[in-house]
Amino acid sequence: MANTTDDAHLSQIGNEQLQLLERLSNACAVSGDEGEVRKIVLEEVRPHATDVKVDALGNVLVTRRGQGENRLRVMLAAHMDEVGLMITNDEGEGIYRFATVGGLAIADLPGKTMLVGKEHLPGVIGIKPIHLTEPEERKKPFSLEGLRLDVGLAAGKVKVGDRATFATVFVRQGPSLRGKAMDNRLGVATLIELVKRAPAQIDLLAAFTVQEEIGLRGARVAAFTFNPDLAFILDSTPAFDLPAWDVDENVRYNTRLGAGPAIYVADSSTLSDPRLVRYLIDTAEAHHIPYQLRQPGGGGTDAGAIHKQLAGIPSVSISVPGRYHHSPASIVRLSDWQHTLDLVTSALFHLTPQVLAGER
Amino acid sequence: MKPLIRKLVETPSPSGYETQIRSVVQAEIEPLVDELHVDALGSLIARKGQGSAEGIKLMLAAHIDEIGVMVTQVDVNGFIRFTTLGGVRPYTCIGGRVCFLNGASGVISMEPLDDMSRVPTFEQLYIDIGLSSNQDAPVGIGDVAVFDRPFLDLGGRLVAKSMDDRIGAAVLIETLRQTKDSPHQLYFVFSTQEEVGLRGATTAAYGIDPDLGLSVDVTGTGDTPRRSKARMEVSLGKGPAIKVRDGGMLADRRVVDWMVRGAEKLGLPYQLEILEGGTTDARAMQLTRAGIPAGCLSIPCRYVHSPSEMVDYQDVLQAVQLLVELVSHPIKL
Repeated sequence: MANTTDDAHLSQIGNEQLQLLERLSNACAVSGDEGEVRKIVLEEVRPHATDVKVDALGNVLVTRRGQGENRLRVMLAAHMDEVGLMITNDEGEGIYRFATVGGLAIADLPGKTMLVGKEHLPGVIGIKPIHLTEPEERKKPFSLEGLRLDVGLAAGKVKVGDRATFATVFVRQGPSLRGKAMDNRLGVATLIELVKRAPAQIDLLAAFTVQEEIGLRGARVAAFTFNPDLAFILDSTPAFDLPAWDVDENVRYNTRLGAGPAIYVADSSTLSDPRLVRYLIDTAEAHHIPYQLRQPGGGGTDAGAIHKQLAGIPSVSISVPGRYHHSPASIVRLSDWQHTLDLVTSALFHLTPQVLAGER
Repeated sequence: MKPLIRKLVETPSPSGYETQIRSVVQAEIEPLVDELHVDALGSLIARKGQGSAEGIKLMLAAHIDEIGVMVTQVDVNGFIRFTTLGGVRPYTCIGGRVCFLNGASGVISMEPLDDMSRVPTFEQLYIDIGLSSNQDAPVGIGDVAVFDRPFLDLGGRLVAKSMDDRIGAAVLIETLRQTKDSPHQLYFVFSTQEEVGLRGATTAAYGIDPDLGLSVDVTGTGDTPRRSKARMEVSLGKGPAIKVRDGGMLADRRVVDWMVRGAEKLGLPYQLEILEGGTTDARAMQLTRAGIPAGCLSIPCRYVHSPSEMVDYQDVLQAVQLLVELVSHPIKL
């Protein structure tokens, strides 16, 4: 069993953390327009930081300096942006054409209610009602060119370039949390908690990054600025464990809900530093924290940009698994979030330069 | 050079897991260099010489990783599903054997195909390591393996599963041995993770901050039977290839000319190479920091990214001769 005094630094996710996640999930921050989430982050971290700055791309770079000699400079990154839409053409009468920002399936869009622009104007992605469609027509997939966003008649309120996100309201459902943009407000909420309770033996360099969903753009410059000794990337990865999931034979699942934080060995953009993978596994096992290894393969996190920056930065990603990412609503388990926070907190509190003593 | 080549090609080290091959290379070069270190991504970086007033800081890179596979799932019956590390193709996997870094071995086979005329996808392939269940399986998610084929010496031609790019590493090691006097500060870089996107060379180049970069890697050939009229103008046995361009880099014209002059001075055969797809560590060097002149010396290689990659031994020896010549004199671009 875990030693209680040893684990005294662990924090329980309670109402305070859940309310923060709710605010973050409901906030709108499509890639390139992260201001709303940035505002919340700045508010939360300022009282706890040695230094806070917003860089040229909009990343929030927070330093919380530790005490003592030979402190490791540890970067933690979580992206603030979410996938969404950008208005591209005003067709009059409150009807707009749009482009997708980040990985969005067109099939997820028709009929969805949206929030548009900084004022969160309500809108809907209209579809031809079933009364008027032919049976053959209903079998055809929707195309982006055929879809429009309708905000009613609010002339002049929506402008080309405005972003739109799903109008989903965060809810707690028993052991689960449901909301939009859990990828990656969960990471943002986790990182805010870590800034508040950083251990003293390291310098904690927290990067709340922008534009991850469109190519890891914020993380790249954030890592350049911080030039850390190593990096942990906090994200949320798709779970594919639906009732149809067959335990015997499924070669495509990434992670399962309820099985704890997902540690990355490899994805399409990063081969995690094996020393850090081993360290996380050892930490989880020593503290009896459940974990899973994310199925290697596709996908990517900010690690893809961070580990290749400068002369190289040992990196590993840890994700809270969530179902239905990049759709109007994801479902995640509170226990997975708690265990992710526990794992990263424990890993940071016990971190010494020894972790990188051997060659990769 | 054959014993060295054999040793290098038979050492299993897929992208991201280059510890074994790095030790082998390190043991070979340690007595020959002034300084050695391993960077954050695992590349082995060796410096030889301080450089004189007329010398430059020259980075030579060959990647030590090879393509391989990584376990994604062990099913209840003990069959192993996998993903790829680098440009593995499904049709070169079937019937092949793999060797895990922890010593386990297995064969790759496939589910029954509905349509025999189509190449199966990786989702239809699996590794059988002789298990009946996943209980106490010796491998798990994230474990890595390389293709298992012995080195084959055909006399003039050499075959191995990892000529790409252990042959480049062999050329660099031999160049290091034969270079007696150089006006340059020479950085020999044995880079990692090339096959997954030039990642090791990217960080190594940043760390070294060289004046000029040259990679040594394999390139494809157009000298095998084919129906298509489009044919690459590179053959085995016609000398090392001086890269003009590939899918990711336009070689610096001045670097190309410098290499051509070197080959002509020695009377060595050489070929000019235009590769439509693929690229090398030279791209990462060219784009490092504010940019540097970069080029690539290629070893022509048939059947690249298959378990039986073939090179011509004379091409290899001539590549070493050319490289020794190039690094031994002041460079005027």
